[in-house]
Amino acid sequence: MTTLVNEKNVQFNEEGFMTDFSQWDKEVAEMIAAKEGIPVLTPKHWEVINWLQEQHKSKNPLTIRKVGGSGITDIKEFYALFPNGPLKKAAKISGIPKPVSCI
Amino acid sequence: MTSRNIIILGAGSAGTMMANHLRGKLDRNEWNITIVDEVEIHYYQPGFLFLPFGIYDEHEIQKPIKKFIPHDVQLLHTTIDRVEPETNLVHMTDGSALHYDILIIASGCNIAPEEVEGMKGELWYQDIFDFYSFKGAKALHEKLANWEGGKLVIHITEMPIKCPVAPLEFAFLADDFFRHKGMRNEVEITYVTPLSGAFTKPFASKKLGHLIEDKGIKLVTDFCVERIDNKTKTLHDYGGQEVNFDLLVTVPLNKGAEYVGRSGFGDDLNYVPTDKFTLQTTIAPNIFAIGDATSLPASKAGSVAHFESEVLTQNILDFINDDPLSAKFDGHANCFVETGNHKALLIDFNYDHEPVDGTFPFNGVGPMQLMEESLMNHMGKLGFKWIYWNVLMKGRTIPFIHPTMDTSGKHLEHETLNK
Repeated sequence: MTTLVNEKNVQFNEEGFMTDFSQWDKEVAEMIAAKEGIPVLTPKHWEVINWLQEQHKSKNPLTIRKVGGSGITDIKEFYALFPNGPLKKAAKISGIPKPVSCI
Repeated sequence: MTSRNIIILGAGSAGTMMANHLRGKLDRNEWNITIVDEVEIHYYQPGFLFLPFGIYDEHEIQKPIKKFIPHDVQLLHTTIDRVEPETNLVHMTDGSALHYDILIIASGCNIAPEEVEGMKGELWYQDIFDFYSFKGAKALHEKLANWEGGKLVIHITEMPIKCPVAPLEFAFLADDFFRHKGMRNEVEITYVTPLSGAFTKPFASKKLGHLIEDKGIKLVTDFCVERIDNKTKTLHDYGGQEVNFDLLVTVPLNKGAEYVGRSGFGDDLNYVPTDKFTLQTTIAPNIFAIGDATSLPASKAGSVAHFESEVLTQNILDFINDDPLSAKFDGHANCFVETGNHKALLIDFNYDHEPVDGTFPFNGVGPMQLMEESLMNHMGKLGFKWIYWNVLMKGRTIPFIHPTMDTSGKHLEHETLNK
């Protein structure tokens, strides 16, 4: 599935997660966020997004509890920033894969 | 020549397999092997899933640890205080210390119900149970025998957990259990997960998602528990969701051993930072880790520990010979998944490949079918108990099943995982 963002083709899988991180930029993130019901990404959102991307780069598996222990935000605020399924939503906006279990 | 010491911390599945493998490979005059565990009973942990439903009784899933440790390996029942990598010492809580040349951390992980407010409160083992401990599974068996029905909630606190499919299997077996008791209509089963679905991999969701619906199991996703109210019997999550229960079967947060935290080298959940291919830790070159104790992005499961044990044995022999570590673990896991009604699935996967359909272990022949419910897989799961006690724990290998995953016989074109 391809969506045009600022004349750039961005690839998504069936669930709406990006399949090629090299296509990610701030405008793409804002477009996904708007689709997910977050009209404005605040500096706090960006801090969380950057942290998630760093963790993904270091191949650290992501959990909600880990975000809460990141020092950037606590779990309550994380839910407020990305309502209803914060980890899934934040991963989507960050352009990284959905956190999964083995099956 | 003075002999040197290998110390294995933990005499569960991984530690026991390592003791057997290494004793068979190393000269007794050159190498002493010591294995340390504070408890004396070895539990067949996959049996904890069956104990609550009376499919296994408590006696067939426990044996003395010493039965599986070779006679020329020293077995110590003592509590570890901390490891000191600078001096190559393991300090015990009784003040004694052991010196190692090579250390293997195999102390697994355990439940930590105290980490969630209200989990280990007044309802613990009254209306709130775990089935990840012998005590919890046994108490739950007694509860289920006389339970009159109501809202049964099966809940995962947070990943990673030991045997990630076990809570789902519990839900399927519970559906079956109450059906056979003729009281399924009186029980509402709800599955509550911090993940985005009961199945999270696209192929598994497509192929198996219907099981949840077919069995009438309600699903609550993206639920990160904040606290449990014992008075109103309610799970509260950080996002404001609430789930009521009459009987809560929870998988508490899983954590590595306390001494890992005290030693100062564990991560936030006391897992040991370990190279995912070589199983050498990042703490020191002479410290290795295996099984549930590691930080590896592999499943915490007995099959993983089994495959790792073959890799780690080779790498320890390489380390002793001053050779580069030659064996690489690929994240291979192979698990039967109970789906109820005397059926089970078989899944086979690794770091790079998600579970897909196909034949196992022989390409095009089987006899096992991957990702398909069958009676044969169920028999395989039940038969595995014998293999565990008589083959795996004695350090023997299973014919035709290799430590690295075989891609032949698998429909890898069905993979949809983005990495």
